[in-house]
Amino acid sequence: MQIATHQYADTTVVAPAGRIDHLSAAALESALTPLLAEAAARKSALVLDFAGVDYISSVGLRVLMIAARQMRAAQAKLSVAALQSVVAEIFSISRFDKVLVVCPTLETALAQSSDAALTAWRARPA
Amino acid sequence: MKGVRFWGTRGSLPVALTAQGLHGKLRDVLRAARGQRLDSDADIDRFLAGLPFALAGTYGGHSACVQIDTGGPDYVLCDMGSGLRPFGQAAMTQRAGKPQTFHIFMSHLHWDHIMGLPFFVPAFIPGNRVLIYGSHAELEMALRRQQEPPSFPVGFDTIFEGRVQFVHLSPGVTHEVAGLRVTSMLQRHAGDSYGYRFESQGKVLVYSTDSEHPLADPAHTERFVQFFRDADLVIFDAMYSLADAISVKADWGHSSNVVGVELCQLAGARRLCMTHHEPVFDDAAIEATLAETRRLEEITRSGAPLQVSAAYDGLEIAL
Repeated sequence: MQIATHQYADTTVVAPAGRIDHLSAAALESALTPLLAEAAARKSALVLDFAGVDYISSVGLRVLMIAARQMRAAQAKLSVAALQSVVAEIFSISRFDKVLVVCPTLETALAQSSDAALTAWRARPA
Repeated sequence: MKGVRFWGTRGSLPVALTAQGLHGKLRDVLRAARGQRLDSDADIDRFLAGLPFALAGTYGGHSACVQIDTGGPDYVLCDMGSGLRPFGQAAMTQRAGKPQTFHIFMSHLHWDHIMGLPFFVPAFIPGNRVLIYGSHAELEMALRRQQEPPSFPVGFDTIFEGRVQFVHLSPGVTHEVAGLRVTSMLQRHAGDSYGYRFESQGKVLVYSTDSEHPLADPAHTERFVQFFRDADLVIFDAMYSLADAISVKADWGHSSNVVGVELCQLAGARRLCMTHHEPVFDDAAIEATLAETRRLEEITRSGAPLQVSAAYDGLEIAL
């Protein structure tokens, strides 16, 4: 699984790609741990850009639940953006769409994060 | 092993369809009947058969009790929830007058799984034998205690006169009972619970209720995948949504439809039957969960299809 990270003003965007299952969830958790700690310490925002994720299992959803809990406790923002249709169905069936902030696009998620993040994302190099 | 019949499928405590719930079903059925031809009983039966199960039927309300049809002379059951009472009545009718032996495998000793025993009429009849199998050290104590004053008016020995006996099973050891090879496995639940794997004549049945699955423990997952391996049917506690099971209801000792599908897919099981339904769910909610679970199986399938069903009181599944 590939995991890319970008910083847009006060918001960190983490973009995993591929399947998040019992084989790869630990890698996502390891990648997220320092980023979550930093975002929580700064009470800033972290967006998970799921445009490249084509499957997520219960083990992967657990990683998101822990992340959401950590960010909530720090009064920091966490959202998940741009779900593919299969992943959106898994979120709905597991009721994760009720416990996580899910945005239809990365742009929407950044707009909810901060004006500065949205402006930085729009100004990114092509 | 020919199949199973569910006598109790509700989790935590028995529930009944209320007058309000029945009224709602009748209203929806009559609405669906508008313009239909219902002149004969055959027309009515045909019309009813075309309705969703949540409208024309009910998932029922007895707590856990599952009968295994071994094809042999003895009765085999899992758990003694309130569903044991209607099972007992049916058994009395089926083989009246002949001494019978009942083998009952206990997942654990919480009330919803033991409350049927004081009302199990076959155990009142001289000549019958009831053998209760389990891995809890407190098995006999728990069943005697529920019939002590002030909780119950008739004592264990008074009512059963020695016809009920207890057999301790060591987890992980395969035992031969009533023509079945039976292996139990420790599960995560308050006070412990045990799942059972039954094998006979090339068929495999797994009964795994009141079992929570810690998702961060790969060794735990692998243990269950092996326990479910190539099962023809896995009867699985899918009481909560995954989000609830790992957040507000974490450590409550139950599982979800999502984990049930994943474990069965990893194990190459052929059929998943969800049970231990949340008592606050009405028939429509259980039916919606069933439809979602079938959809989940479809969109995550990588091998042979996994058949998914939701247990109801009276459901029979052939193996």
